[in-house]
Amino acid sequence: MSVIATVTEKNTASLEGKAQMDKSSAFDMQSHADMKAYETIGKPFVKNSKMSARNVNVFYGEKQAILDVSLDIGRNEVLAMIGPSGCGKSTFLRTLNRMNDIIPICEVRGEITLDGEDIYESDQDTVMLRARVGMVFQKPNPFPKSIYENVAYGPRIHGLAHSTAEMDEIVESSLRRAGLFEEVKDQLDKPGTGLSGGQQQRLCIARAIAVSPEVILMDEPCSALDPIATARIEELIDELKENYTIAIVTHSMQQAARVSQRTAYFHLGKLIEVGDTKEIFTMPRHQLTENYITGRFG
Amino acid sequence: MNSMNESSRSSTTIAIQASLKKRYARERRFQWYGRIAVLTGFVFLFILLADIVVKGTPAFTQHFIKLDIDFNAQEMGVGQTPSTGELAAADYSAVVKSSLREMFPDAKGRSEKKALYRLISIRAEYTLRDMVLENPALIGTRAEVWLLAHSEAGSYLKGQVDPATPESDRRVKDMQIAWLDTLAQAGRTESRFNTTFFLSGDSREPELAGIKAALYGSFYTLLVTFCLAFPIGVMAAIYLEEFAPRNRLTDLIEININNLAAVPSIVFGLLGLAVFINFFELPRSAPLVGGIVLSLMTLPTIIITSRAAIQAVSPSIHEAALGVGASKLQTVFHHVLPVAMPGVLTGSIIGMAQALGETAPLLMIGMVAFIMDVPAGVTDPSTVLPVQIYLWADSPERGFTEKTSAAIMVLMAFLILMNGLAVYLRKRFELK
Ligand SMILES: Nc1ncnc2c1ncn2[C@@H]1O[C@H](COP(=O)(O)OP(=O)(O)O)[C@@H](O)[C@H]1O
Ligand SMILES: [Mg+2]
Repeated sequence: MSVIATVTEKNTASLEGKAQMDKSSAFDMQSHADMKAYETIGKPFVKNSKMSARNVNVFYGEKQAILDVSLDIGRNEVLAMIGPSGCGKSTFLRTLNRMNDIIPICEVRGEITLDGEDIYESDQDTVMLRARVGMVFQKPNPFPKSIYENVAYGPRIHGLAHSTAEMDEIVESSLRRAGLFEEVKDQLDKPGTGLSGGQQQRLCIARAIAVSPEVILMDEPCSALDPIATARIEELIDELKENYTIAIVTHSMQQAARVSQRTAYFHLGKLIEVGDTKEIFTMPRHQLTENYITGRFG
Repeated sequence: MNSMNESSRSSTTIAIQASLKKRYARERRFQWYGRIAVLTGFVFLFILLADIVVKGTPAFTQHFIKLDIDFNAQEMGVGQTPSTGELAAADYSAVVKSSLREMFPDAKGRSEKKALYRLISIRAEYTLRDMVLENPALIGTRAEVWLLAHSEAGSYLKGQVDPATPESDRRVKDMQIAWLDTLAQAGRTESRFNTTFFLSGDSREPELAGIKAALYGSFYTLLVTFCLAFPIGVMAAIYLEEFAPRNRLTDLIEININNLAAVPSIVFGLLGLAVFINFFELPRSAPLVGGIVLSLMTLPTIIITSRAAIQAVSPSIHEAALGVGASKLQTVFHHVLPVAMPGVLTGSIIGMAQALGETAPLLMIGMVAFIMDVPAGVTDPSTVLPVQIYLWADSPERGFTEKTSAAIMVLMAFLILMNGLAVYLRKRFELK
């Protein structure tokens, strides 16, 4: 580790009297020159990964939002990404299904593979990619159409159903797996926007799994939900990992601890530490990680 | 610490109370300014509407006069058993005139007789001809027939002429008034709904003039306008909003579209004259050219409102659609456009309403012609409703004054209808 051990004034103050230098390091967050040289602590790589990012840098115009991040997402695992606001969690997540392509000023450098294939290769089709890597957004965003149509839309444009019966089947099983079917089975023709926030988010999950993706990306899926709705989504994530690979951004440490097998901690565009969730939360190796999970800042 | 807090709080309270009264007074004053402004607007609108309605309403009725017509073959200049051709060419005005002379023998001399004949519209000849052609057995018989009154006689019967004014100041003379009074007392006059107004084209005679030709002209013109401006406008808006890169060129295009919306409409007329008529040699006075010119004028409105409507669609809908793997085109047509549609339609209808009321550019391309026949297509010479209003307002005959106001009423009815449609569509789409 070639990092210079300096802590910001604020943190120094708050950590007063505590033995801080036993941790590997902290650094001057203003200086990107330092950050460039930083290497992620922990286990960013896994054997037999589903998706891998290597030396990913993301720029919004002049501004760099992601600095040299390398990270694997294992098959059928739930990877949680945590970190303070604005550290680039969403940005990184959106590179995984090229959702950043719709932002004109956004530029992604580095290599990201899905089953070993580079998804940024010019002959890679974003339509195909997004069918394989689905996404659930922070704010529930059902289409202003019927519940049925919300779920059926993806399969329809990809031509996954060859008959109405088959489509009905897909819609029902998707809603079932999202734990929503029993609640809405009598009102499939009602607008999806009329559901409660939690139901809407489960509808969005149903919509994402209706196209049978391999990976599901979730960007703070519970941040707009009440605790009960959150608990339901968390249960759901736990069930979904049997069949899917999931990357979830969350601002709730408890949530990360509950649903994920591995956790990645981001700070100012840098991937600071990755490891088994249990280890990260019980024995963080980096000062910044510890500060964050113990609630000292973020 | 505590007492300091309390004293500062009470001083704040006092300060607020002192200013409170002033603030409320200011608010009330402001509300009154608003009310007065709104009221002024309403008063002017009301005066305008009342004036138009009062002037225009009489145009929706027409007076008829009952005459005893002697279908005298000799007088009509036909034989005892005339052929259809002969009947069609017969002199029907002669029998009308003789009927009038018979009823009012007091009309002596040329000018008095002429005044007498002026009680009945020239339409009477055609009415009688149609009757006879349908039933030739009428020849040689006598029948009571309701004939359309001349517009001047009609205006007296509608009470628009004050007999107390000096005779030289009015077109309906004393003798005519006396005759009309006699007819009215004998129950030989009748007011009917004016179907002519809706079923005829323009005419030199006010009682025969109608708006049908102008209505059809407006319809064809707007049809052309809509077919061009709506698809082009909406497509342009979609392209600019969703697909075009943001750069100098698109900025320039945007600025120019906004500028185009502010170009005086007569300029579009000049353009139409120079390009479509002189260069492309499209027919003059035709709805085709009128529609093209008006669509140029409406395009900026449609593009600007459509862009605003598309822009207002939440970006989360984009993300949702792209997130399940929809292409950009699918995203736009399946999700963005349906949500933006109420705004797009509202903008388009308002643009069309503007086009419906537009006159200046159409004058430039010759749609100001005197059109009696209803146009049968987009290349026939025609006029449009506002131009018809302009033409009638310009006519010296008194009978056209009420037509002008009546045509304005019809035009406004259509405008209200279109705006109502815009509101309805917006409500309907919003419910979904
Ligand atoms: N569309 C964008 N344009 C410019 N900068 C952006 C955009 N989106 C995010 N950023 C910047 O990138 C950084 C990371 O943002 P984000 O990925 O949203 O963080 P997080 O999700 O961790 O809160 C922030 O500094 C943010 O200001
Ligand atoms: Mg975020």
